[in-house]
Amino acid sequence: MSPSILYNVFIRDFRKQRKRMLLTLVAILWGTMSIMLLLAFGEGLKVQFMKGTTGLGQGIVIMWGGQTSMPYKGFGKGRRIHLYEHDLEYLKKNIPAIREIAGEYIRWSVAIKYKDKVLTERINGVYPPYRFMRNMEPQSGGRMVNNIDIDKKRRVAFLGDGAKERLFGQEEAVGKTIYIQSLPFKVVGVMQHKVQMNSYQGQDEDVIIIPATTFVTIFGDPYLDNIIYTPVSLDDTKAVEKEVMRFMAAKHKFNPEDDDALSFWDVIESNRVTGTILLGIEIFLGVIGALTLLIAGVGVANIMYVSIKERTREIGVKMAMGARKIYIVVQFLLEALSITFLGGFFGMAFTYIMTETFKRIPIESSVFDLMGKPTVSMEIGLLVILILGFTGLLSGFFPALRAASVNPVDALRYE
Amino acid sequence: MIRMSRIKKVYDTGKVSFEALRGIDLDVKENEYIAIVGPSGSGKSTLMNLMGCLDTPSDGEYLLEGKRVNTLTSNQLADIRNGMIGFVFQAFNLLPYASSYENVELPLLFSGMRGKLRKNRVIEVLNKVGLGDKLANKPTELSGGEMQRVAIARALANDPKLILADEPTGNLDTRSGMEIINIFDELWQSGHTVIVITHDVNIAGRCQRIIKLKDGMIHNGNGDPEK
Ligand SMILES: Nc1ncnc2c1ncn2[C@@H]1O[C@H](COP(=O)(O)OP(=O)(O)OP(=O)(O)O)[C@@H](O)[C@H]1O
Ligand SMILES: [Mg+2]
Repeated sequence: MSPSILYNVFIRDFRKQRKRMLLTLVAILWGTMSIMLLLAFGEGLKVQFMKGTTGLGQGIVIMWGGQTSMPYKGFGKGRRIHLYEHDLEYLKKNIPAIREIAGEYIRWSVAIKYKDKVLTERINGVYPPYRFMRNMEPQSGGRMVNNIDIDKKRRVAFLGDGAKERLFGQEEAVGKTIYIQSLPFKVVGVMQHKVQMNSYQGQDEDVIIIPATTFVTIFGDPYLDNIIYTPVSLDDTKAVEKEVMRFMAAKHKFNPEDDDALSFWDVIESNRVTGTILLGIEIFLGVIGALTLLIAGVGVANIMYVSIKERTREIGVKMAMGARKIYIVVQFLLEALSITFLGGFFGMAFTYIMTETFKRIPIESSVFDLMGKPTVSMEIGLLVILILGFTGLLSGFFPALRAASVNPVDALRYE
Repeated sequence: MIRMSRIKKVYDTGKVSFEALRGIDLDVKENEYIAIVGPSGSGKSTLMNLMGCLDTPSDGEYLLEGKRVNTLTSNQLADIRNGMIGFVFQAFNLLPYASSYENVELPLLFSGMRGKLRKNRVIEVLNKVGLGDKLANKPTELSGGEMQRVAIARALANDPKLILADEPTGNLDTRSGMEIINIFDELWQSGHTVIVITHDVNIAGRCQRIIKLKDGMIHNGNGDPEK
């Protein structure tokens, strides 16, 4: 069978079936749109949620001191366990599975003054790795606390974007001087806005960050409020936690089995759980969409199947004129595939237009903030094409089979 | 050209099976002009479908141009129908949505004839049946006689040796029927083998030879023309 036969007869017959084609085309278009929109919004939601969960930090475990609940080596229970600066070096040295470790001081409700504006804000004393651990990126023109600040105990401050807003409004903050407990601090940077879905001390946008060394000098805190570390490998965070427990227990003399002595927040693990849930949601949406598309495919198959009855005579005539069976089969397969791909193409185009339009609608609302931007990714496109191909083949296969089984003698016998 | 021996055809419709042809022996030489006559249900169409390789016999042997049709594959049968046989039906069987031109083009598409050659051939055969001015007409825009002439042009497209016509004038008035028969006469004179099923004694009378079927059997054997 030469391609020219196929082309000539197929295109011609195809054109003649306009109404039927249009109807089935719309069904496929609709199916494609629903699967793509569902997936696109699912993807947007996922991206937004992932951003939101990493708002607290990426690849980190947060740990803080507690109270012993077991007696140990002559000590009674109920003893407070504190975290100290020297624990940082100690853990880093003994546990190779820790990549980076940093301490953090917190002081709530500190009086901050800029010009004649006085506010009460939260102050964190931190070390430079904090920036990467907690995803605190400075806006352009500013910077985060650095090592020289730490060494020289400089009085510099890095502001959360919310805190900056309250203190400065629209005014430029970097370079200005603010007063923390009546001591002048120079603002060196402002944090870029981030979506943060979980926290242990309030939103990062509200914090004012100063070097840990400066913090201790001013406030005189004897111990850290918490320690943040990043494991080398994200796979076995529980094992690292156990190691930390073991070394801390040895140093601070508590039972390594005593879960109340130290608390851990495994952000890696909870992000993983969120990721799994989101993947679940995405698969769910995808399955619903795929089913819609498949139903559309069944519609195509059905309409074509029925149409074969009307077209038996046509098939018989073609067979009498010397059409080989394969030609009949291919024609029906091609018809189904063309409808699916044409419908799929338009469905994709519409979806693209719709998502792009949606992205450009400027809506300031936390609901939309959470929903994120619907995204038609490469993967979604490929997946939909795959499902479309499958649908097309399936919806062409049975009609084609039926067409091929037409007996020309029966088809041509007149009523 | 055609040699049939002890051909039987049994239609099996579930519980009942019906023997439409009960042992046909028939020879057709090249460039014969044959009428097949007989009462309704005698098996005329069944015989013609077998001759035209649209169907295969239940029993017996059919040689077409020396080829044993029983053993051919469905693709080989399709190619024979395409190149060697031209069908004309009582109900015309044109594709309703296609123009005269496109209907006639159909067998040429299946035989793979290309471009200009194909176009010229379509126009040539349509001229031959006197429809050179109705190329673009759909079947609904043609009279019955014209539709049948398009069908004949289509049958002639690949210049087949054998023309098989099943009551070609059955749906036509006498005048258009005569036009059709005149075309068949010409085809026979130009060397084609023509076999026509008919109820019309006038038409049968113009043929070289008449085959009478009754109850699935030939009643005048391979005998002489019967007037
Ligand atoms: N597909 C079929 N299944 C069952 N029986 C059939 C089938 N085709 C034909 N027959 C039977 O075979 C017999 C011969 O049929 P055929 O069509 O050959 O008759 P015919 O001589 O062409 O009649 P007519 O002059 O009415 O066209 C009839 O009795 C018919 O009922
Ligand atoms: Mg008949």
